[in-house]
Amino acid sequence: MEFNLSAGAFAAEQKFMPLDGKTVYDVMILGGGPAGLTAAVYCMRKGVSTAMIVKRVGGQVAETSGIENYMGYRYINGMELAEKFREQVLQFGIAYEEGPGVRSVEQGAVKKIALDDGRTFSARTIIVATGKSWRKLDVPGEDEFLGKGVAYCATCDAPFFAGKDVIVAGGGNSGVEAAIDLAKIARKVILVQFLDNLTADRVLVDGLGRFGNVEILLGHEIKAITGDSAVRAVSAADRKTGVRREIAADGIFIEIGLVPNTSPFRGVVDLNDAGEILIDCACKTSAPGIFAAGDVTSVPFKQIIIAGGEGAKAALSACEYLLRDAAR
Amino acid sequence: MPLFDDKVKNQLSDILKNIRDKVTIVYATQEFECNTCRDTHSFVDEIAALNPNIGLEVYDFVKDRQKLEPWKIDKVPAIALLDKDRSDTGIRFYGIPGGYEINSFIQALIETSGRREPLPDALAQRVAAVKKDVHIQVFISLTCPYCPPAVSTAHRLALENRNIRADMVESTTFIHLAQKYGVQGVPRIIINETHSLEGAHPMPAFLDVIEKL
Ligand SMILES: Cc1cc2nc3c(=O)[nH]c(=O)nc-3n(C[C@H](O)[C@H](O)[C@H](O)COP(=O)(O)OP(=O)(O)OC[C@H]3O[C@@H](n4cnc5c(N)ncnc54)[C@H](O)[C@@H]3O)c2cc1C
Repeated sequence: MEFNLSAGAFAAEQKFMPLDGKTVYDVMILGGGPAGLTAAVYCMRKGVSTAMIVKRVGGQVAETSGIENYMGYRYINGMELAEKFREQVLQFGIAYEEGPGVRSVEQGAVKKIALDDGRTFSARTIIVATGKSWRKLDVPGEDEFLGKGVAYCATCDAPFFAGKDVIVAGGGNSGVEAAIDLAKIARKVILVQFLDNLTADRVLVDGLGRFGNVEILLGHEIKAITGDSAVRAVSAADRKTGVRREIAADGIFIEIGLVPNTSPFRGVVDLNDAGEILIDCACKTSAPGIFAAGDVTSVPFKQIIIAGGEGAKAALSACEYLLRDAAR
Repeated sequence: MPLFDDKVKNQLSDILKNIRDKVTIVYATQEFECNTCRDTHSFVDEIAALNPNIGLEVYDFVKDRQKLEPWKIDKVPAIALLDKDRSDTGIRFYGIPGGYEINSFIQALIETSGRREPLPDALAQRVAAVKKDVHIQVFISLTCPYCPPAVSTAHRLALENRNIRADMVESTTFIHLAQKYGVQGVPRIIINETHSLEGAHPMPAFLDVIEKL
């Protein structure tokens, strides 16, 4: 039996301080993935007053099983790496809130940060490190049948589809991985891919090819999810001919990549066409005093080591800004 | 062979130094027709051995039925937590809290021992105002990283208000229950049979439902 213990979460809880609504912090870090946590270490070591607001510590790393390309570890479990990051931040008495997310920010010499639970905080600079979340299909039925056949996490929910017919939306790495997990236990798996080919790594595609109960439907777009008390069918359209077909299924796993978490910052900072926050090579956004780092930004390639490096850079840029700001 | 390897064991015993007052684990088991009882028994044995302030009482679901009566344990394997006065916290784990769920189990032990951050005032008042009997069942799977926060939130509610009971239910161990409640994704939270929440939710979302009951 495995135990995915987050040792760090219990270790030194006392060191974190609650956020104070009256303080104007030097730096407010939004997000607690590799980018935000690295930024926190740099800010605390620089000695600027720092606060952090984190929906879920570790970000995507805490949801990854094995990592083999983060330097210093030939192999490390995602949860464990996330805990190590957090532990390194914990040694400092940083103001820290975990749970409620940021709802909106307001630009100004002193910036205002409003949370989902209604509280507001202020800071001279902001580092946005809110990363990415699973992309939704945005089709009828998707929200209605959440948990009733619509799923996003194959490792969590695959067991409920033993002996059933399920659809996987998405032909990238996560889609093909989900299809493999499901093929082991489901009666039939139908992988629906938008493009005309699978974009997953070769080893994964070969792995999927070894199952006899998998059907692949290329060049199709999912249009709707239907059912009664649970999912019963999915309708998909051929992207060339427009011909629609109803595929009977008990569930659908949606694995179509990620979207940047930028909704709190719309209209405050400039975004690119992919909805990512545009930054320059010093992590500056279009808004003075607001910096951004990691997967939420326009920086190409989304990796832990890159997000961490960007977090460090954003922190140093923010500190430099504070110095110049004070001199003015 | 022990369930915990040396690394996990050392980490656990470090974490459990945070235990303040005595906590009693009530473990209900059954000799036959329970595939996971043996592992769950080892689990509670090994946990209790890590800290002198963790007590363990083992009962047989069949033979000790009467003794188990006050705790309303209706299936096995079951773990209930009692506080320093041996008063029932309402916290239950049905099925082994392995995988990611070790985290909610450790958190429940530490919080039951009296070491917990007070809730913000507004939230504490809402929780205290719950007068109805509330039964929360959080269905989980052990490979679900999103599930422990949902379980811990439900357990914290139970700890704060004795009108509230909160169960972790491992879906593959209690597959008939998972089917009864139409669980096709986890966490799925069932409140008093009639209401449900999908996914992990913060405490105010639980209270929004509870206040409507
Ligand atoms: C399945 C999977 C496997 C991967 N495998 C690898 C790998 O092997 N190697 C590798 O290098 N990379 C891997 N990656 C990519 C890597 O995880 C990301 O590049 C990295 O985590 C990005 O870090 P980040 O800090 O920018 O964002 P994230 O990790 O996304 O963290 C974002 C943080 O912001 C928080 N947040 C979001 N919205 C709000 C809000 N409104 N308010 C407050 N907080 C908010 C989140 O809770 C989280 O704490 C993988 C990703 C996935 C999904």
